[in-house]
Amino acid sequence: MEMSPAEWTAILLSLRVAAVATVVATPLGIALAWLLARRDFWGKSALDAAIHLPLVLPPVVTGYLLLLSFGRHGPIGSFLADHLGIVLAFRWTGAALACGVMSFPLLVRPIRLSIEAVDQRLEQASATLGAAPWQVFATVTLPLALPGILAGMVLGFAKAIGEFGATITFVSNIPGETQTISSAIYSLIQTPDGDSAALRLVAISIVIATSALIASEWFARRATQRLHGN
Amino acid sequence: MLRVDVSKRLGEFSLSASFVSEGRVTGLFGASGAGKTSLVNMIAGLLRPDRGVIAIDDETLDDTAARIHVPPHRRRIGYVFQDARLFPHLDVRQNLDYGRRMNRLTEDPAARTRITEMLDISHLMDRRPGKLSGGERQRVALGRALLSKPRLLLLDEPLGSLDEGRRAEILPYLIRLRDEANVPMVYVSHDAAEMRQLATQIVLLRGGQVTALGGVKVLTAG
Repeated sequence: MEMSPAEWTAILLSLRVAAVATVVATPLGIALAWLLARRDFWGKSALDAAIHLPLVLPPVVTGYLLLLSFGRHGPIGSFLADHLGIVLAFRWTGAALACGVMSFPLLVRPIRLSIEAVDQRLEQASATLGAAPWQVFATVTLPLALPGILAGMVLGFAKAIGEFGATITFVSNIPGETQTISSAIYSLIQTPDGDSAALRLVAISIVIATSALIASEWFARRATQRLHGN
Repeated sequence: MLRVDVSKRLGEFSLSASFVSEGRVTGLFGASGAGKTSLVNMIAGLLRPDRGVIAIDDETLDDTAARIHVPPHRRRIGYVFQDARLFPHLDVRQNLDYGRRMNRLTEDPAARTRITEMLDISHLMDRRPGKLSGGERQRVALGRALLSKPRLLLLDEPLGSLDEGRRAEILPYLIRLRDEANVPMVYVSHDAAEMRQLATQIVLLRGGQVTALGGVKVLTAG
């Protein structure tokens, strides 16, 4: 299977966009998952709904909302550009933002479930041994939830790789800058001789998605073993 | 010296207890459902009393009138739970060392050797809790609590989850602990024979109320 340089560019860009999206979203995802799993507060169900919104909204709506707020003339976008020199619209970083937002619910869910599965009696034992709340989190909750965190990262990464609607709406489809595997496939199937190239990228997508599912399964199994102390 | 004078409502159940203990081992005796575990959780700081005072020596740990509640991690009170609660992701050595690390105490190899030998757990150091027997797990939990250098040790039915044979195996360690470890203990049990062997002072709890206080004789009187 021969890849053209343009196809390689799209594949590498997708990997970079998804990796940045996942790495940036994970700490935030862990913090929110912990809040949802362990704390009761006013507006908790609203926060839960907001996190899940990208899952149920049409991706084009999410992308358009991103463009309205993070675009060059949007309230957040103009602030970032004027004060920090950061431009997201029509850049690969914007693609990472769109992918991060779209994959966020899939990232948060396994992390939340794995934190909920951590036995709170172990956290109590940790406190009686002198651990402050942040130490309880760092030495008991986090390591026991780690397989779930990794599973969430894998799922989030896989979703980010395949994201299409919000990305193309927010950052368009610019080869070398914002043309990911999905938008490249979209362009190719609209070109008369693009079929074989499109099929190669389709195959790559299937390989990436399947590997992610297998990795996610494996982490889930590790989680169970870990919680049983073997 | 441990001073407790608290009350707490837990749903339909209401607990109200007042006692002062100076003994080496204070036995908290009562049937299941008498409120023993809730009382011990309050001493540990895991449960907040609705009203009252808990103090060790001159230090107030809870005083609802003065809005004082010292969180569990600042109480320096060790707790051995019925179900051991060893950290499954750490081996025995790391479990034993946990309290020292959290309290940022300096390494004390002499204390570690003394305690691991007293509890016969030196040969288990590299094992994970999942590979220990119930009795071994409970001995490691005892060692873990002791090595955090508590000023009071709470033991909530530490033999409760063990069968008859295992109990007979652990009891001598608890007696050794009482005589050698030099840490005052609160020992919770519903087993009068255990109490007679271990406790130096008894608090009798029935239906959430203290019904008798005194030496081990109150076990026969009640």
